[in-house]
Amino acid sequence: MTLTLHDATFALLALLTLGAALGVVLARNIVHSAFLLVLTFLGVAGLFLTLDAGFLGLVQVLVYGGAISVLVVFAVMLLMSEQAGQTNPPGASRFTRWAGGVGAVALALALGAAVCTTAWEPGSGPRPEAVAELARLMLGDYVVPFEAAAVLLLLAVVGAIILAKGEDGR
Amino acid sequence: MPYGLLAPEIAVTSLGLVVLGVGLLSRPRPHPAVRVLAVSGLALVLCWVALTFTRQASFFGGVYQVDSFASFFRLLFLSAALLVLLMSGRYAARFGPRLAEWYAFLLFATAGMMVMAGSGDLIALYVGLELMTVSFYVLSGYLLADARSAEAGLKYLVLGALSSAVMLFGMSLVFATARSTVFTAIAAAVAAPAPSPPALLAGIALLAAGFAFKVAAVPFHMWAPDIYQGAPTPVTAYLAVASKAAAFAALLRVFLAALPGQLPDWQPVVALLAAVTIVAGNLIALAQTDVKRLLAYSSIAQAGYLLVGLSAANPYGLRGVLFYAMLYVFANVGAFAVLTLVEVDTGGTGLDSFNGLGQRAPMLAMVMTVCLLSLAGIPPLAGFAGKFYLFAGAVQAGYLWLAFVGLLMSMVSVYYYLSVAKAMYIGPAERTAPVTVPSPARLCLWVCLAATLAIGIYPGPLSALAQVSALLP
Repeated sequence: MTLTLHDATFALLALLTLGAALGVVLARNIVHSAFLLVLTFLGVAGLFLTLDAGFLGLVQVLVYGGAISVLVVFAVMLLMSEQAGQTNPPGASRFTRWAGGVGAVALALALGAAVCTTAWEPGSGPRPEAVAELARLMLGDYVVPFEAAAVLLLLAVVGAIILAKGEDGR
Repeated sequence: MPYGLLAPEIAVTSLGLVVLGVGLLSRPRPHPAVRVLAVSGLALVLCWVALTFTRQASFFGGVYQVDSFASFFRLLFLSAALLVLLMSGRYAARFGPRLAEWYAFLLFATAGMMVMAGSGDLIALYVGLELMTVSFYVLSGYLLADARSAEAGLKYLVLGALSSAVMLFGMSLVFATARSTVFTAIAAAVAAPAPSPPALLAGIALLAAGFAFKVAAVPFHMWAPDIYQGAPTPVTAYLAVASKAAAFAALLRVFLAALPGQLPDWQPVVALLAAVTIVAGNLIALAQTDVKRLLAYSSIAQAGYLLVGLSAANPYGLRGVLFYAMLYVFANVGAFAVLTLVEVDTGGTGLDSFNGLGQRAPMLAMVMTVCLLSLAGIPPLAGFAGKFYLFAGAVQAGYLWLAFVGLLMSMVSVYYYLSVAKAMYIGPAERTAPVTVPSPARLCLWVCLAATLAIGIYPGPLSALAQVSALLP
């Protein structure tokens, strides 16, 4: 088995994504966590690009890398407390921290073993005009979940406003 | 394609939008017509579904299914929503200017459940599930001034998002091995190889864990008692009844329509989950002194009984799941309706709030007793017939021990259900004033009482309906 450029790129991006995601959890300063989260989003966008899903990669950069991360940073800025170094404290109990870490590693190993021992059939290669096909699926076969997702977004917005306005409703 | 068959989903969603709009127009207090609109709209949709029950169609290459299974669960969700709306009148006054939105969220949650029951595809199922759960995140935290309610909302959000992530991971592994998200295509793709590939098994395990969280099966039940207790009582009723039934509808669809070939792999796991859930739910319920929390643990145990039917995976057990889910609606909503009225009257949900209810409000005490005894499975009430189907299915499938565990724990459950009856009839009465019951709530109580008695004495029609609606592997 030879290591192709594609494999090397994938490995590098996967390491970047995982490392940044780990940093989000471990960083003590929530501003650092927020910026590492942006890096995680961009790593995922890179993975999409290596899989020939260019449109999804761009949407990931636009929506997650751009819009969502700006929102996160704004929320952090508005709610920021004085001590920046203690804004994302680790869990109180040392035992639960270790148990969580060991559990996560064990789950990753078990899932990795399951995926590695499966005999996968080779893929059929990139599909032409992925965007057109995506549009056809969304407004064709998947129109019910598409519309349900629209309602979901509406109620998420209304719900967020209700919870944020509070009891006096001003 | 007969798109008219999608009318119930569209109608409930539109009704939610109209209610939201009317609420916006009638500031600062929502117009009383909002409730009438929501109730009458739901009743019309319920009639429509009942009248078109026999019409079936598969839409978009199997992505969406309108079959008798979906219609059965639509009837269930709509009845539950109607009963909860009827009984919540007094309590809902606590929501103040946010009342219209509360109705809208309830309607959107119902629409999400209907999409779940009708989904023939993993993506449709997931979006329906999120539509339902996101509504419940907001509904659980709706009493903003109450710290418990706010905590319930936040807890449900965090834990619900985690369980959704686990379920999505499982779906992606199933998709990777089957190369499709449509249930019929998955079943065809993974039927061929004799031993299931490890990645598929990992996917099934993650899916099962995600569903076990949604139906609150032990050991994935940690969220349920706190959220059931913290959420506004009508929301708890709807969460315990309809959201559980919706998760079961989706669970049955995935495991019976998409993964019937892996039956030997998942059947023992589901049986074990069922046994652990029944034992733990009932034993912890024994120690409760708060009726709301007691009903929360009882509903965990009830999910265990429903899982018995799935683990049997034969016509008897699967018919039992549908039959039991339907009668569970009436018994549990009836109990929660009484709890809501008592909470509005006394301000508490503890066992001592029920003291002397037998003299203060004989009607409430009677409905509560009948509903709780039905949940315990005492003949001639509906719960007995339901448990009979479930356990008979388990015995037929060779799970004699599981039926035995279920029977034993049903007997144990009689103790804590009767502790409520004891408080109502022979508890020391500090209050003597009668409890006022508004007429919509009275209607809800009568419907729950009549249905629980009627299904128990004459289970034939509902049993036949459940039989034609049941999915088989």
